[in-house]
Parts: sequence; structure tokens; C-alpha cells
Amino acid sequence: MKLPPYADLLGIAPVGGNDPTLLTMPSAYTLLGRPGYLHGGAIGGLLEMAAIIALRHALAADGGGQIKPINVTVDFMRGGREKSTFARGTVTRLGGRVANVEAIAWQDDAAKPIAAARMNYLIVRG
Amino acid sequence: MFPADPPAFDPQRFLRYGVGGHGRLLGLTYHAHGPDWVELHLPYRAELIGDLDSGVLASGPILTMMDMATSMAVWTRIGRFRPHATLDLRIDYLRPATPGKAVFGRGECYRITRSISFVRGQAHDGDPADPLAHVAGTFMFTDAPVEPSVGAGA
Repeated sequence: MKLPPYADLLGIAPVGGNDPTLLTMPSAYTLLGRPGYLHGGAIGGLLEMAAIIALRHALAADGGGQIKPINVTVDFMRGGREKSTFARGTVTRLGGRVANVEAIAWQDDAAKPIAAARMNYLIVRG
Repeated sequence: MFPADPPAFDPQRFLRYGVGGHGRLLGLTYHAHGPDWVELHLPYRAELIGDLDSGVLASGPILTMMDMATSMAVWTRIGRFRPHATLDLRIDYLRPATPGKAVFGRGECYRITRSISFVRGQAHDGDPADPLAHVAGTFMFTDAPVEPSVGAGA
């Protein structure tokens, strides 16, 4: 499943293996905000990509359709350090017209997230 | 000798040499400011598209710009730099960005307490009356608490 151009700009790619919704973003100077820490916008960008990939997979298995983002809320929990970040999206509800999606980002330990996001998407069924 | 009264935080001066890191990757620059707001400029690039079907910009560049604009709006309002961390930031996508047009992000700080500052803002691509995104968020100061110069509570 092809990632959007913004994912390529950030170096975001699927980890591979049997979970296509698990993404990673390697550390880079171009992702930093204050010295030594990832910019919140880069973390938010990764969370959005994880949400989109999870929703596209869920939608593909449910008749397909187009998605339009309505809103996103990001909670920042810990500073992101200069190391690889991982993220996974979860479709909480896939309805006929609206989808609720959550995404979580972590570095060393999935139980200690650095940020999480909730998103609402409009679904346009084919 | 240090001046008894250091100059107030000036966002234009703060950004006169541009930004580094992620802000530089996106090409963010200063555009304008007022007593409690800062407006930044994000040049349009096809690489910033987050959804090929709709052509909508990814939330990352808008988050990055609005995080910076609202962050600097806090320092502009209190007149000095104070370290703080973003607690949360929400974006409502009001309409798709027009392909090819630069995006402007105006962040405003509308309330400051001892430890929390409340911010909001809008992103537009030329006409502030026709915004493409609305944002709201909070920051927490990470230095020692001080008596707020404005506001109370928390």
C-alpha cells in the first residue's frame, strides 16, 4: 500500500513482517525541534500516516472507498529522542460515512508511548 | 554589564536566521506578529501532501507550523522566552489547501496561567477569512513556576 508523499519526506516506511500497519520513522536532523528532541509536528505526521494506513487496510477489506480527514487531536506524553520511532494505527469504528481511528507512537517500549492521536475521517463509499 | 531591562522577546528577531531541524525541512519562515500572535509562512510543496485522493496537506506540516507559531505567540505575549512543552494540539480540517499556494499559520495565545498556556490559531492560503484549518492546544511551562503577569488560576 503506497504511502503519501509526506511519508517519504519524513522517511516513514512499513516495518515489514506480518503487520502491515506497523510503521517506523528513523532518526534524522531534519525531524528535530529543540536540540536533541523530535519536533512534535514530525511525531504528529507519523501518527497521521499510521492512522491512514490502518484505515485504508480496514476499508479495503470492507468494500473500499475514499477517505477525507475531518480532524486530528495529538497528545504529547514524552519527549521523542534521536532514535527510531514506531507507530501503529487502530480503527476503533468503521461506519458507513465516518471512521474513528487512533494511533500511538513509541520508541523503546510500546507500553511507554511518546504521543497518541485520535482522528475522525469522512468515508466516501465507491 | 547586563542591561537592567533586557529587550522583550521579538519573534521576527528570533527567526532572522531562519530555523533548523524540522522547521528548515519544511521551509518555515517569519511572516508577521502582534502583541499576542505570530504568523509563519509555509511554502507549498507537493511533498507535503498527506492524502493523494483529496490533495489535502498532511497534518504534520500544519502541526509543525502551528506548534511553532502558537509557541512563539506565548513568548511574544509574556515578552520573554520560557521553556515549555506541547501537551496537546488539535486540528480541524476546514477545507483542502489549494494546490500550489503557500500556507500561512497564525497562532494566538489567549490565556496564560502559572503553568499552562492556552493557544488557538488558523491556517489559510491567502484569505484569512477563508481558513483551511483551525487549531487549538495547550502548553505547559517546564521551568520553575512564576506568578503570571496576566491571568490567574491553575
